[in-house]
Amino acid sequence: MVWPLINQLNPDASTLALASIQYDVGPIAEGQSVTIMWRGLPVFVRHRTAAEIEEAKAVPLSDLKDPQTDEERTKPGHEQWLIMIANCTHLGCIPVGEAGDFDGWFCPCHGSHYDSAGRIRRGPAPANLVVPPYEFLSDTLVQIG
Amino acid sequence: MGAFPMSEHSTYVPGNAAEKWLDDRLPVVRFAKAHLMDFPTPKNLNYWWTFGAILVMCLGIQIVTGIILAMHYTPNTALAFDSVEHIRRNVNGGRVIQATHAVGASMFFVALYIHMFRGLFYGSYKAPREILWILGVVIFLLTTATAFMGYILPWGQMSFWGATVISNIFTAIPLVGENIKQLVLGGFAVGNPTLNRFFSLHYLLPFIIAAVVALHIWALHVPGNNNPIGVDVKESRDTVPFHPYYTMKDLFAMVLFLIPFAWFVFFAPDILGHPDNYIMANSQVTPAHIVPEWYLLPFYTILRAIDFNVLFIDSKLGGVIAMGGAMLMLLIVPWLDTSKVRSGTFRPMFKWFFALFVINFIGLMYLGAQPAEGIYTVLAKVCTAYYFIYFLVVLPVLSRIETPKPLPTSISESVLGKNAHA
Repeated sequence: MVWPLINQLNPDASTLALASIQYDVGPIAEGQSVTIMWRGLPVFVRHRTAAEIEEAKAVPLSDLKDPQTDEERTKPGHEQWLIMIANCTHLGCIPVGEAGDFDGWFCPCHGSHYDSAGRIRRGPAPANLVVPPYEFLSDTLVQIG
Repeated sequence: MGAFPMSEHSTYVPGNAAEKWLDDRLPVVRFAKAHLMDFPTPKNLNYWWTFGAILVMCLGIQIVTGIILAMHYTPNTALAFDSVEHIRRNVNGGRVIQATHAVGASMFFVALYIHMFRGLFYGSYKAPREILWILGVVIFLLTTATAFMGYILPWGQMSFWGATVISNIFTAIPLVGENIKQLVLGGFAVGNPTLNRFFSLHYLLPFIIAAVVALHIWALHVPGNNNPIGVDVKESRDTVPFHPYYTMKDLFAMVLFLIPFAWFVFFAPDILGHPDNYIMANSQVTPAHIVPEWYLLPFYTILRAIDFNVLFIDSKLGGVIAMGGAMLMLLIVPWLDTSKVRSGTFRPMFKWFFALFVINFIGLMYLGAQPAEGIYTVLAKVCTAYYFIYFLVVLPVLSRIETPKPLPTSISESVLGKNAHA
């Protein structure tokens, strides 16, 4: 009896219908980031430079608050592409790119620093930037969701 | 102690047959005369006691202006921002009505904080007024929620990102946090469903606040007012009737309070807000510096201060627990401070810790507006620590070790001197 009165608050059919999108990453130049929308959430797509990838791979896991290797956050053969939900895992602000003390992202709201693999390095955020479920349909066409 | 009857003191005599007819059926005039006119009120109340009436006025102003604004406002993400600008530019008198509502929220909190600090200093939360105090804390929490939701409605950048940050607080809850957040927002992020429901609740909550205010005043009228010396009323000469003595004093205080209120409304309606909120909400860009409204800053600082893990509690959940705890702490103050003396005036050590608490609270407010880096994060931790130490350590310990100064034997003695009983 009470549940329908509460359940109406949950995401409705039109919101859930936007669950999957396709995006062509081809035009994104090396060192460039774009922000796209998925399910009403902003998503970072970053074409990382070789230096950034090296830097991310060189970090020992013991230095990480939420240990994850660079490989776990990218797709094999597509390591240059970093695709992450652009909301800080602390309280949801959008971090600023190419900023912070770890050559990644810096969240201006409460001072969380992320590295070049989007992993939390310092500040109040508890976890790495979330990698959404996605796959490469071709060399440059990505399906998110 | 407590022998003087504060309630049930009706002296109403119906003046004619019609009044008598009404009084036998619904004694509303009798009730009003007993509680709004004849109510025996300690004769030594100072101006800190006028803020209760000022708060009733603030709630009234917010409800009247709010209902008017709702006639012109559109709760839709595509139209909300423009509809507020429409109110400010096109609606007859809209500029002043909108400013009164926006400034009114700030003035409401000015009065609310003064009212709460008055209660904390004069021990107004102590027996037999615990329920009165708890109802007051409930009003504070409801007002905070209402103000927060109201700030979302103009759909500016601060509205959107404030809503995002606060709704993400729910994700700190283990396991079900993300589901609760989606339930609250009606989507994966703040969007049109969120705006719609916040508008609905923002319209509802003030009336719930008004109902709790009625309970608050009911609970006040059982033991009657506390007073600046904290000594109970013992005889009728300790009191004066509420009307005309305090109706006039409260009205005078309201007029004084309305002077800065009007100054803000007419000369600086936007000075208490943020320029970023005059940019329409954009879900792809976070403002460089998200700051809540000034009245939420102390609790915001406490949220940010916990940037370290405590055992199995991560920093995010820790911050949320600290912020929630800081507000809910107020509910148990009556049982933390067990000193028999109510008024801080007669507590030589308490006075200083209380003064430091007020300064500390203002410090928390200042720090909330600063970036979370460098010396500010250290100071935020220090101030947060003192906030909790005051309630959890200082109050209980002082209750045991402090020797209060001798209390006057009665309100009349404190007002008139020792010869009052001659």
